[in-house]
Amino acid sequence: MRMHIASASDSALFISVGNAASLETHRHVISLFHAIEQLRDSRIRNLHPAYASLLIDFDPLRLTHAELAGMVASLAPHPVPPNLETADSIQIPVCYDPEFALDLSSVARHSSRSEEQVIALYSGGDYFVYFLGFAPGFAYLGGLAQELQVPRLVTPRKHVSAGSVGLAGLQTGIYPNDSPGGWQLIGRTPLRMFDPSAEPPSRLQPGDRVRFRRIDRSEYERLARQQEVGR
Amino acid sequence: MIHVIQSGVLTTIQDLGRTGFAHLGLSPAGAADSVSYRIANLLVGNVGNAPALEITLLGPTLEFETSTMIAISGSRTSTSLPLNEPFEVAAGTRISVGSLVDGARTYLAVRGGIAVPEVMNSSSTFIPAKIGGLQGRPLKAGNRLAVGKQVAGSDLKLPLGLGVILPLMREASVRVTLSLQSDWFDHGALERFQLQAFTVTDESNRSGLRLHGEPILPANQGELLTEGVALGAIQVPPDGQPIILFVDQQTTGGYPKIANVIAADLPRIGQLRPRDPVRFQVVTIADAVEWLRRQEHALRQAFGL
Repeated sequence: MRMHIASASDSALFISVGNAASLETHRHVISLFHAIEQLRDSRIRNLHPAYASLLIDFDPLRLTHAELAGMVASLAPHPVPPNLETADSIQIPVCYDPEFALDLSSVARHSSRSEEQVIALYSGGDYFVYFLGFAPGFAYLGGLAQELQVPRLVTPRKHVSAGSVGLAGLQTGIYPNDSPGGWQLIGRTPLRMFDPSAEPPSRLQPGDRVRFRRIDRSEYERLARQQEVGR
Repeated sequence: MIHVIQSGVLTTIQDLGRTGFAHLGLSPAGAADSVSYRIANLLVGNVGNAPALEITLLGPTLEFETSTMIAISGSRTSTSLPLNEPFEVAAGTRISVGSLVDGARTYLAVRGGIAVPEVMNSSSTFIPAKIGGLQGRPLKAGNRLAVGKQVAGSDLKLPLGLGVILPLMREASVRVTLSLQSDWFDHGALERFQLQAFTVTDESNRSGLRLHGEPILPANQGELLTEGVALGAIQVPPDGQPIILFVDQQTTGGYPKIANVIAADLPRIGQLRPRDPVRFQVVTIADAVEWLRRQEHALRQAFGL
């Protein structure tokens, strides 16, 4: 796959590997992301992976755009990163209790399915983390069944509770903190998705594979208590 | 201990920021005007990254339990407190920073730094995720701040020739480089972008400065696939009113970016106040890097580093 390299700013280089979100561009982005992380080069400050691109923020007093572009070009070809294909999926328990599943009935109506069928379809899916953005620890997950594709809410909610599982277009994601949000909510996980004192602070990393496990309300409460104790 | 008697409008603990976590959705945070922040720290002989107070528009009132060396750098204040020179606050004394008169922010450094635990390698307060500083929040009346031990040496630094590097040049153009979607905008739009004075609106904060002016619209109204955004990116949403993404910005975004503020001028963005005019001037990346180099050199030379 061809890479296109451009300057985003005097301190940032932008590498594009395509114009659309696909599994192929995703794999390429994650490979690049891992390869550059493994350089452990202190002149590189931040990596921003996205659907089909990687933005590299660097110290322009110690590295030039041309030098960095050369480093990136010489990285290829790289092995498939460990968290793609081979690694086990990360299991995320989700409770679909009506108190949490604020938009489940609307998703069911939109997809002409029963709520039970929506939950079964969602729980049967294999997901992958495209990238994190919007908020610390918010992972954009691909792999959602076509049938579950729904629009964003016309009016975003001012308050979405931490752990809420939402759908928007062909993506799904979990709100790591209480925040505003416009995705349609179908359930909630008791797990803390972002914990600054944990290593790593985010439960999900770019490139991770994810599966959702259905839990009932009593297991939700039990796991939520465990999370509190673990803090 | 330092007692917070009044907090001011928005006073937070900041350092040089939290790098290395953009892939988890965390922007760098850190001092909005990193040059003034560094000057305040250097003046009291601290290490470069010691936590200091970032004071916004209206300052706090603080009471010092023990005699403490402090320095203030950034915007001038409505009080007679010295600017850009270290001074001693006697034990039991209260100081009021007052309102800021020629910029949006000023930095108060205490010798030794403010002692707060690091969260993800930084003491910077990042309000959107409630991390860093004091429990991820701005200061409140009643807070008590401990003084740390982040001193670089025994001497206080008396700088020479700070004038050329101070970021308080609110009238001068902000220098920008062209960015990833600059070519989405035709010649006329790029001209309007550079020729007019935009106004900083009240809906501006550390995440972004929303500007108001004659709308700038891209010639092609394409859909942009969400991508990583650099610090200081100037994005143009569908209403044509530019937003400068700043230190607490989101790490990815889907609006086209017409330009990007150069690194050497980011501290000046931190000094823009609501209703200030802003003009942009496009420069080359080579020149932008050279100006950053000169700024760094001037700062080091002023303090004999």
